[in-house]
Amino acid sequence: MTLGYYPGCSMHGTSREYDESLRAVIATLGVEMREVHDWSCCGASSAHLSDHLLGVAMPARNLALAEEQGIDELLAPCAACYNRLSGATHAVAEEPGMAEKIPEVIGRPFANSVRVLGIIEMLQRQAPIIARVAEASRPNQLEHLNIAAYWGCLLVRPAEITGFDDAEQPRGMDDLISACGAKPVSWNMAVECCGGAFSVSRTSSVLRLSRAIIEDARSCGADAILAACPMCHGNLDFRQGAMSLRGQPPMPVLYITQLVGLALGLPPEKLGFARHFVDTQPLFAHLAQEADKAAVAAAERDAAKAAKAAAKASAVAAGERSS
Amino acid sequence: MRRTADINVARCYQCGKCSAGCPMGSEMALAPHDIMRLAAHNDRETLFGDDAMWLCLTCETCSARCPNDVDPARVIDALRELAAAEGAGHSPRNVRAFHKSFLEQIRMTGRLSEVGLIMQYKLRSGALFQDVAASPGMLTRGKLPIVPPHISGVGEVRAIMAACERERVARAAAGQTGPDTHDGEGAS
Repeated sequence: MTLGYYPGCSMHGTSREYDESLRAVIATLGVEMREVHDWSCCGASSAHLSDHLLGVAMPARNLALAEEQGIDELLAPCAACYNRLSGATHAVAEEPGMAEKIPEVIGRPFANSVRVLGIIEMLQRQAPIIARVAEASRPNQLEHLNIAAYWGCLLVRPAEITGFDDAEQPRGMDDLISACGAKPVSWNMAVECCGGAFSVSRTSSVLRLSRAIIEDARSCGADAILAACPMCHGNLDFRQGAMSLRGQPPMPVLYITQLVGLALGLPPEKLGFARHFVDTQPLFAHLAQEADKAAVAAAERDAAKAAKAAAKASAVAAGERSS
Repeated sequence: MRRTADINVARCYQCGKCSAGCPMGSEMALAPHDIMRLAAHNDRETLFGDDAMWLCLTCETCSARCPNDVDPARVIDALRELAAAEGAGHSPRNVRAFHKSFLEQIRMTGRLSEVGLIMQYKLRSGALFQDVAASPGMLTRGKLPIVPPHISGVGEVRAIMAACERERVARAAAGQTGPDTHDGEGAS
């Protein structure tokens, strides 16, 4: 079955590396994916504030296009688009009169038959394959990566629409990190807000909220933060330069598709790391160093084991001679 | 409020859980549970006289944690809608400029051009020099496509926005005595 793809506006602009790494991962996994033709903006983060109907109608046009183009399942990797699209399907299904109103407003037939998929749900389906590839490449550098799964707001809330296991402590991203062969960090800010749409209009609030997230990740032992939302990534990565990090080194922020791409053995150049504001090179250097250390330790262990075995063998041989 | 958002705000028993978890709570004069109480009392003067509701990020932590399912995030969305309909309320200039520019961009091209959004925002807010130093970095990272997006359905998008605008005007006209008498059907 072909998966529909709704990139959303940011994936064509400030979060290009999310789109690039997603496409690379999808191609490697052999999933067929087709972009919705002539898609328009879903209206996040502004339409729903001024008018609830507009907040439903803007995403509904795209859902209607997907329907017309024979798409049953629509992947919306941007957390804000995912929130608006799935919210619209919910509103049309639940709110009285909405199912009749929407086709009239958008000027298209609309049966509300498309299922909206978030990035985590889509990748969870592929987790066994990802885990198999990652396992086969062991020992690898990702084993030494401690990473904090950052959900933010829009992927998990509202819980009755997104349907994740737990609105406060969801597991899905941690499981994916494990499937990739990396280590999920246990921390406190996984579902806290980064300041989202205030990135431009109230930057001071974003700096306060995002810095708290970065500092908590660091104090819980994370080498990097894992994000699945262009707004979160922008606030944590792009805005980090304006934060006081109290002498600590910058914290790299990876998209989940970039981590999965690495686990699948894709070269970092193909995953758009060069587009980040926080340089990821020190992180990769650290991982390579840890991997070397582990390799040396393993070799030493093996040598010690061999020496012990040899000593035992010679002792046995000596014992046999003396008897 | 009950008509507008189909929510009974009177169910709120002021436990304060929404305010405790609100990321913007520390910057608001009226905390989320204050907003809920004022909404239950229909005290629009106090509500619209403060910018607290415009500081809501719609992160929905409050709604996820509300023990009585009152859905503060939806109530705040509805209040903003009411304030806009009544021409009341004082959203901070920057926040208003951002949302206006956002919608104007969609009206122009059907998709959001982040470059266009920022340019318009600067003009509207007067924050002309904000983030100027960051723009070269954005450009060299290929994150700011200069050519605006274009879709063939832009006329459709404009028609949707116009239809919603007509609905909004019709709703306001139907509820002359105040938004609570609005017909909540469909568009609420």
